[in-house]
Amino acid sequence: MTESVITTDAVTVTAVDKVFEAAAGQVVALSGIDLVVEPGEFVSLIGPSGCGKSTLLRLIADLDTPSSGSVEVFGTSAHQARVDQKYGIAFQQAGLLPWRSVAANIALPLELHGSSSVETRERVAELIALVGLDDFGDRYPDELSGGMQQRVAIARALAKKPELLLMDEPFGALDEMTREYMQTELLRISAETGAAVVFVTHSIPEAVYLSDRVVVMSPRPGRIAAVVPMALGSTASRADDLREDGAFFEMITAVREALHGGAPASSARGVENR
Amino acid sequence: MTGAATIAPPRGRPPGAAWGSGGTARAVAPIVLGVSVVAVWQLIAGSGLVEAYLLPSPAAIGAEIVEFWPSMVSAGAITGLNALVGLVAGTLIGIISALVASTRRSLDGMLAPIVAALAVIPIVALAPVLNTMFGADSQTGRQLIAALAAFVPVFLNTARGLRQTQPVHRDLMRSYAASNAQIMRTITLRTAAPFTFTGIRLASSLAVISALVAEYFGGPRGGLGGLISTSAASSAYPRAWAYVVAAIILGLAFSLVASGLERLVSRRR
Ligand SMILES: Nc1ncnc2c1ncn2[C@@H]1O[C@H](COP(=O)(O)OP(=O)(O)OP(=O)(O)O)[C@@H](O)[C@H]1O
Ligand SMILES: [Mg+2]
Repeated sequence: MTESVITTDAVTVTAVDKVFEAAAGQVVALSGIDLVVEPGEFVSLIGPSGCGKSTLLRLIADLDTPSSGSVEVFGTSAHQARVDQKYGIAFQQAGLLPWRSVAANIALPLELHGSSSVETRERVAELIALVGLDDFGDRYPDELSGGMQQRVAIARALAKKPELLLMDEPFGALDEMTREYMQTELLRISAETGAAVVFVTHSIPEAVYLSDRVVVMSPRPGRIAAVVPMALGSTASRADDLREDGAFFEMITAVREALHGGAPASSARGVENR
Repeated sequence: MTGAATIAPPRGRPPGAAWGSGGTARAVAPIVLGVSVVAVWQLIAGSGLVEAYLLPSPAAIGAEIVEFWPSMVSAGAITGLNALVGLVAGTLIGIISALVASTRRSLDGMLAPIVAALAVIPIVALAPVLNTMFGADSQTGRQLIAALAAFVPVFLNTARGLRQTQPVHRDLMRSYAASNAQIMRTITLRTAAPFTFTGIRLASSLAVISALVAEYFGGPRGGLGGLISTSAASSAYPRAWAYVVAAIILGLAFSLVASGLERLVSRRR
């Protein structure tokens, strides 16, 4: 249904500013942002708290509108892309509907867009298998661990087979072990679906492990300080042993130095070095 | 006024917590207490220390219940129907007004003071007026009073519930480009439902009490309230108490059903 998009960029952000009118005055959340995400590419946004990562993601998702500049998704406006359901999104909170079972939660976007019940049932079964939650379809969110809930949220984001996945610190609330496991799962899923991913994180190793490119942002006003390509091979081929590889640590150092503008990394604030 | 009338609905309890042995103990405890109180009451009333008209014995009341059973059932049906009509009407109007108020801030501003005024109208003040208005053989005044009493907690709790949708759910629905009707159906109403049912639980007892008390101020006899006052006026104290027992059972039935519904709806949220 969306074959024509292969040649266009997944995301094109051009000269975007975002100013919030707060009670205490204006907050310049983003200033002069230019960013291109290619189809199938995995891009992480990293930077200290308040540098505008979530804001940028919300602009791409058309949950907010830029004060100036333009955001295009697969060659159309962000608004049109949202209406056409071109992306799937997952937040730091899983945001499941507590009164719906796992299967019904995953089915939500399908139901809202009028898929037949047979289609929906088949797709939900596929997605449940994809995120490894077989046998949990009938459970309710309050019966699941945080990691399982987050997997349901990811399955829900993938329901409409989007070619773009937007994720705002989806693993932020998970313990380190679950987090690493989920990262490897996400790489597998993104390889299987071929979707482009824009991934917000606070964790340097997480960004390095997952990404083709890491976009380093700086605060006040939020801007892109550096874009660091990850020389680690294709994301589809990465596995846990990469975490102990020398090249991995080199990339971590590269991102850390970009974060601190080349200065020694000891003054780290708001970014986890784990 | 809002403080007393809006109470957060119970959180869904952890699976299996209330129906195990703890649940049995919870059911048995009030029965044991009730039986002991009745036994002590019987002892005191039977001892002759208290005049029989002041405190008829449970046995005497029991005998009246048996003797006047058909009349109690029909009286309970009259009062119960008034309470039910009032509860349903008050609930519907409460939910609809809360929905209307939630769509426009200005409407909310208009409705809030009206509800605040309604909330403080005492039944005793309104009952004689309405009874006279609707004539001596009409139940309408009583149903109206019950509806008024039910309306307030349902409106307040629903209005509160409609403001409880989580930002992450709103963002999610926006990302799905969901229509307003879809958002209302999928998120807003479902989030508000437990609050509405808490309102209905509070309203259920209020509706019974109001329907009952309204009968003290004229209108057709035959309901439980009317028979309590007639029996007391003719010094038939055990019979008056028998009707009081029936009124308690009626109130309990209403609030048990309402609590059951509330529990069902609050299970997952
Ligand atoms: N709705 C809003 N109204 C006013 N100011 C806002 C709003 N949303 C964000 N901001 C401000 O914009 C700036 C960027 O916020 P944003 O949430 O994008 O940061 P972030 O990089 O995601 O931070 P974190 O890592 O803590 O999630 C902050 O200064 C924040 O206070
Ligand atoms: Mg954020």
